[in-house]
Amino acid sequence: MQKGDFSKEFLQKIAAAEPQWMREKRLEAYEFYESLPMPHTTQDDVWRRTVDMRTQDYWRRTRRYLRSFAVEKYHPSVPNGAVSSKDVDYDEAETAGVLVQVDGQCHHTSDSEILKEKGVYFADLHTALQEQPELLRTYFMNRAVTLETALKSGNIAQHNKFDALHGAFWRGGYLLHVPKGVTVEVPLRVYIRMSEAEQADLSHTLIIAEEGSQVVVLEDNLSTTPDASGFHSGAVEIFAGQNANVTYVQVQRWNRHVWNFASHRAMVDRDAQLCWVTATFGGRLNKINQAVVLEGAGGNAKMLGLAFTDARQHLDISTAQEHVSPHTFSDLLYRTVLKDRAQSAWGGNIYVYPSANHTDAYQKNDNLLLSERAHADTLPGLEIQAHEVRCTHGATAGKIDAEQVFYLMSRGVSYAQAEKLIVDGFFEPVMERIPLESVREELRTSVTRKLE
Amino acid sequence: MANELTIKDLHISVQGNPIIKGLNLSVQQGEIHALMGPNGSGKSTLAKGLMGHPLYEVDSGEVIFDGVDVLELEPNERAKLGLFLAFQYPTAIPGVSLANFLRLAVSAVRGKEANGSEKDGLIPMREFRRELREKMQQLGVDDSFARRYLNDGFSGGELKRAEILQLAMLEPKIAILDETDSGLDIDAVRIVGESVSQLIGPDLGVLIITHYPRLLDYIRPQFVHILLDGRVVESGGWELTQVLEAEGYDPIREKHGIDE
Repeated sequence: MQKGDFSKEFLQKIAAAEPQWMREKRLEAYEFYESLPMPHTTQDDVWRRTVDMRTQDYWRRTRRYLRSFAVEKYHPSVPNGAVSSKDVDYDEAETAGVLVQVDGQCHHTSDSEILKEKGVYFADLHTALQEQPELLRTYFMNRAVTLETALKSGNIAQHNKFDALHGAFWRGGYLLHVPKGVTVEVPLRVYIRMSEAEQADLSHTLIIAEEGSQVVVLEDNLSTTPDASGFHSGAVEIFAGQNANVTYVQVQRWNRHVWNFASHRAMVDRDAQLCWVTATFGGRLNKINQAVVLEGAGGNAKMLGLAFTDARQHLDISTAQEHVSPHTFSDLLYRTVLKDRAQSAWGGNIYVYPSANHTDAYQKNDNLLLSERAHADTLPGLEIQAHEVRCTHGATAGKIDAEQVFYLMSRGVSYAQAEKLIVDGFFEPVMERIPLESVREELRTSVTRKLE
Repeated sequence: MANELTIKDLHISVQGNPIIKGLNLSVQQGEIHALMGPNGSGKSTLAKGLMGHPLYEVDSGEVIFDGVDVLELEPNERAKLGLFLAFQYPTAIPGVSLANFLRLAVSAVRGKEANGSEKDGLIPMREFRRELREKMQQLGVDDSFARRYLNDGFSGGELKRAEILQLAMLEPKIAILDETDSGLDIDAVRIVGESVSQLIGPDLGVLIITHYPRLLDYIRPQFVHILLDGRVVESGGWELTQVLEAEGYDPIREKHGIDE
């Protein structure tokens, strides 16, 4: 098996069949990737909390991943491998379209008649590049997650080497385009899977909801084997056009051997509404940047985060709520439960630019520690340059309350049941804001599995 | 046969401070006992110690119920044995609805055999709901209670009624009511008192721990005990409450040589 760097030769090989502009875009990103040093965990403020405090092993491991990952696995002819039903479980009647991707290769798409009738485009990104080049040229890593994204977001005061890596070597992912005024009543489902060891998943999510459209996307990222090592460098770009209504749910259940890097950025136009749910259960090391940009007046963004980490998982999330226009609203609620020796760092910032008077922005991060050795850092922040602004922020981290445990146990439930009740109750404020019962149920199941 | 909760020469300390200092008491199913004492006499320490709170350390003595050494058991095992503690200050559990929790608790206390063929070992939902609705009606508790988060944002009266509702559902053999009348106005005391008196019967033994005799107007005990400085210093019948009402605790303190 040929092992390869993420090298220029490799890049030229994978981009050979792509339009010239995409080749150039990849090359530009590549040059950038090459020029940037590996993040320095003591000098670079943004990466300071990304490492396990006890070992510097992460970056050595990450470098090794970047070198060792198998080039042959990268450029595929799509195998016939049917996706087993146990990996992909959905109700046909409650799904407008399905896309299944395994190890970077699209295995299955099904557009319902409804999607075709409505003119909704939903396909893997390589197909989209052939069929919808203009959409990609306009939106793909151009306005949301870009090589300069880092500079725009005040809290990410540097370029991101992994965004550059993603821009150069992206593979897989999908484009969803909902035309003006179209409402898709039932959710679309995307299943992104890693199955083999030494895989790198560089999926790219691109959702474009045009003016007045409405859509719900449920995306599930999962390792199908518990111990296959892997690497994920992802990007999510969401465009909610004027008066559009977008719900995007991403559930991340990579196994505990996956190094996970991603940048997520949503652009919310005038009077648009975005409900954005992020549930994180997997990954050995997670470094996620998630930003919402309220660029049009009257835009409304709900950011809901739910995370449960255990063993030696490390979760590092930076969020940004960027208010560019007046009369915009954002509300972020992130709740994390940590077990065993898990660690998390959450840094959130609200930016209210001078142009964004009459803004409401709320931010809350709460952490529940189930063991003595779990550790959570939480750093909320505000930067307000406008007037007539209503902002609140808050953060908590606390151990499971012995009085609550005693109260529940005194009524007959076991310690494990009491712990589960308290954890479920802790997540409930996030759950009750998730508009879909099927999603709530899936998340509850994942939470229960973590407690077993 | 009626079971008896027997407490013998019990010593309990909190953070190294001895609070209960050689307490003896017996409560049988079907009996109503009142344990009265001033603040600081050890009432709540006894209640929490009997239920197995981890911060209340039993230094010596024994507690036997139904032939079982209670002190060896975890709090949930004590509940399964038939003990119940109505908390003076019930703990709020945000995000957990009273009904969901209570279904789990009732299922645990009644045991798998009682719950039929349900796979998750829980009492069937329909059966549970019907029973809960009946008990809520019986106690005059509002329907919305079931959906509300356990003790979260409850008023003083609601907290105590939620405790009594749980008592009614769990059907313990011995219920310890820890200052269930505290923090309530006269009306609330009456409502709680009437609720508890509805539950009284030959299968339920009650130990009412209280500071004031007001709750006892609604639940009249057959036995009254005075707790001072961690020990039961006097036991008697209803007449003891009358003595207390008239004279307070001072004459009893003096008689037993206990400083305030």
